[in-house]
Amino acid sequence: MKLKSFSFSKLCTILIFVFLYAPIFVLIANSFNASKSRTVWTGFTLDWYSKLFNNETILTSLANSLLVALVAAVCATVLGTLAAIGIYNMKPITRRAVMSVTNLPNINPEIVTGVSLMLLFVGLNIEFGFTTLILSHIVFCVPYVILNVMPKLRQMNVSLCEAAMDLGCNQLQVFRKVIIPEITPGIITGFLMAFTYSIDDFVISYFTYGAKAQTLSITIFSMTRRKVSPEVNALSAIIFVVVLVILLIINILDIRKHKKEARR
Amino acid sequence: MKKIFALLMLTVLLASLVPCVSAVESGWEIDYSDSVDWNKFRDQGVTLNVYNWGEYISVDDGEEGAFDVNAAFEELTGIDVVYSNFASNEELYAKLKMGGSQYDIIIPSDYMISRMINEGMLNKLNYDNIPNFAYTNPQFVNPDYDPTNEYSVPYLWGIVGIIYNTTLVDAEDDVHTWDILWNEKYANNILMFSNSRDTFGIALKRLGNSFNTTDEEAIRAAAQSLIEQKPIVQAYVMDEIFDKMIGGEAALAPYYAGDAITMMADNPDLAFAVPAGGTNVFVDAMCIPKTAKNQEAAELYINFMCETLVALKNAEYVGYATPHTEAFTYLDEETQTSVTYPDDEILAISEAYIALPDATTALLDGLWTDILSTGESSPWVTPVFIVVCLALTFAINAFKRQKKKKTNF
Amino acid sequence: MNKHAKLAAFPYLLWMAVFIIVPLALIVVFAFTTTVTVDADGNILTAEEITEVQDAFYEEYGEDADIAELGLSEKTVFTLQNILDVSKYMNTLLNSIWLALIATVICLVLAYPVAYFISRLHFTKQKMMLMLAMLPMWMNFLLRTYAWMTILERNGLLNRLFALVGLGPFEMINTQGAVVLGMVYNYLPFMILPLYSVMTKIDSRTIEAAQDLGANRLTVIGRVVLPLSVPGISSGITMVFVPAVSTFIISRMLGGGTNMLIGDLIDLQFLGNAYNPNLGAAMSLVLMVFILLCMSITNSIDNEETEVSML
Repeated sequence: MKLKSFSFSKLCTILIFVFLYAPIFVLIANSFNASKSRTVWTGFTLDWYSKLFNNETILTSLANSLLVALVAAVCATVLGTLAAIGIYNMKPITRRAVMSVTNLPNINPEIVTGVSLMLLFVGLNIEFGFTTLILSHIVFCVPYVILNVMPKLRQMNVSLCEAAMDLGCNQLQVFRKVIIPEITPGIITGFLMAFTYSIDDFVISYFTYGAKAQTLSITIFSMTRRKVSPEVNALSAIIFVVVLVILLIINILDIRKHKKEARR
Repeated sequence: MKKIFALLMLTVLLASLVPCVSAVESGWEIDYSDSVDWNKFRDQGVTLNVYNWGEYISVDDGEEGAFDVNAAFEELTGIDVVYSNFASNEELYAKLKMGGSQYDIIIPSDYMISRMINEGMLNKLNYDNIPNFAYTNPQFVNPDYDPTNEYSVPYLWGIVGIIYNTTLVDAEDDVHTWDILWNEKYANNILMFSNSRDTFGIALKRLGNSFNTTDEEAIRAAAQSLIEQKPIVQAYVMDEIFDKMIGGEAALAPYYAGDAITMMADNPDLAFAVPAGGTNVFVDAMCIPKTAKNQEAAELYINFMCETLVALKNAEYVGYATPHTEAFTYLDEETQTSVTYPDDEILAISEAYIALPDATTALLDGLWTDILSTGESSPWVTPVFIVVCLALTFAINAFKRQKKKKTNF
Repeated sequence: MNKHAKLAAFPYLLWMAVFIIVPLALIVVFAFTTTVTVDADGNILTAEEITEVQDAFYEEYGEDADIAELGLSEKTVFTLQNILDVSKYMNTLLNSIWLALIATVICLVLAYPVAYFISRLHFTKQKMMLMLAMLPMWMNFLLRTYAWMTILERNGLLNRLFALVGLGPFEMINTQGAVVLGMVYNYLPFMILPLYSVMTKIDSRTIEAAQDLGANRLTVIGRVVLPLSVPGISSGITMVFVPAVSTFIISRMLGGGTNMLIGDLIDLQFLGNAYNPNLGAAMSLVLMVFILLCMSITNSIDNEETEVSML
């Protein structure tokens, strides 16, 4: 009986993975296609890869994306970690109120968050550019950091802090030597999530970007209106392979660690 | 910890790619006119934000004789050009009106220029800095949209017509009329503009009105005919048309003559027809919006665009008609006599858009939203939706009650 | 820890006020106001009246006169008109909700067996499979959607495939079906993830116990797995439905602009072809209220917070 049920869900899983990867294979195949047309295969070429490294527009926007994501993720991590510690120490009622406001940017449809930030920046008379892009990315990144740090704080043993105090630590030392090491895993996960979401974002960037600060998503968007140049396919193929390799390595390391622990 | 290392590695790896970008060189040795001091802004860290239509400037596409206008300008003047695209006049207007964006040079069409002049969104130009304006064909000086020619320098012009796929359209059907876009035989084979002015223009002309009518009844009738047309329209597009027409995805579409020529070069099955009932003639001109930071550098750019070679290269690449008298003489004869430069007969039946009164513009924008949003969603969608909502809520509550019972046990 | 730790949240509270509360308040303000033109005496002029006054002015002082001397100015006033106007587009909103609902149900049906399958695998395989399910999310979603255009077009890959066996061509792109497909494709991983994370916590021994007590397969799924996975279902539904209902790119790319969703209409009012930020804000407000209502419904299903991690 067990086997039977598994074969059904296995079939489903295989079909769905085909569905998930079909467009990606189309993309990667097109990055090797000599023809500029998306549907006709005229021969194998590596031209798009060499052209990619001379395509200023694509590389600049890639650099912009990385820059924005890095700055936004770092700021969001600092802001979010401090916030989580503060919120954790609040009265339950205040805590609940602050947390529900915190979740708003991510509960709200992205388009509403984007539009509302656009109205804010127009109201404050800030020119659209890196500033607005980074600020808006921090807005939707902070909740991820807080959501990841909070549970670690909850898991932390309160007597640890008290013990440190008793042993003569001042508050700053408690913060640095006790709290931070305890919640580091949460901070790292939060940072990585913030970074990923920032790189991936299109909708909010669409409403807050300026001419000088076009991210990869924005550049691709203006391309999809006419024709996506095959160089972008080449870039995404590279990114795909890099991410695949990194995730594989992480997974293998994780599995090894797990096995080692299991053996103990 | 390992995760973060891996990610940092990725970042470093990707970031290391970036410095490989060398400044793109135009690869051309050219003598530019010496009427202005091209080096005036060199090494001052000046940046110009240019906001133009998609595919509306000569770039290096790897073809022989390709000329990258922006790269050449950067090389000549030492000014950085930040170049970005919009898809329609209305989009450009929204972006500027919303505020927060600081473009130095924009290239709207005629009617949008007069609307922007009326709303005080443009700066007056100092024509002393644009001596190349003298090359402008007198036909395009002091145009209706800028009667005293204080705000704009014409860039390119053209007419609207119907581009069609000869293998998909019956030879017997008359393509020289807007009516064909309403022919149900071509259901799901028709593309339309996705901007209000061009779409309404076609509907108005088809019903025998002027493009610039302010008669509410005529406009509402046009909106009604567009709603009737919607079921047979495959998609509302702007730049997406290139991909779709070249790929043979649709049979008929109204579009700009210059782009039609570009598409015909990529797909020999395509042809272009000008409706006998009259069409639109438009001019796109370079302007400097109020938000511009460096007016003089922007004027330098405009002057550069009017250099004979630059104007020629742009006209050749984009395929639109140039108002530049010198550049025109260098074009090959085939182009000079092609549909890009329509004869007097066509021009006689062509009409330009002019700025409409605010009330009419608001009416058009509202009706345009209505046209796009009246979906084919049948009326039973609403009751079904309500029933589903109620059912879900009930199910949730029932489930919760059951759960509670269980825990109470 | 002590009371002073609370202060650590101070910068964030300030941040929250400026970047979360004020922007949302701005949406409300925009939704309930409109910009009108008033003359020197403060009377509100209709668009027709403005044209009249301007024409009269030019007639009197000539075409070259400076219109600023007319003394017209702009003023922001309270109005309910924007909200009332939104009801004209209720059809589009309902259509968006309808399509998003279909997409969510399809996602649930597709993701459920996958999540179940993955969660019953050996630990090492679980990690791998989950990673493979999330990997497509790392590709830019515009590019993935664009690739679907290549597949679905009239002369696209799928129709070429059909042609080989003598079928078609089918009209697949620029239909509502294509829009739903785009939603399902883009948001399916958001459904798999929360489902997996609750299912992996179901102890195999629970299932075995049910089987030993004589439950057949359907009973096991219906009485054991399903009830235990409700929190995952509810957060999966939210994570798919909210982005699906408000999307504006998927419908534009795969729906060809003839199948507008509420997101497209909002975009149209702000950065599109029908500039009217007040109406756009009103639409956003309606959408926001609707989503918050939905959230309160799904939240009531599971009281415990399920935490979902992307990596």
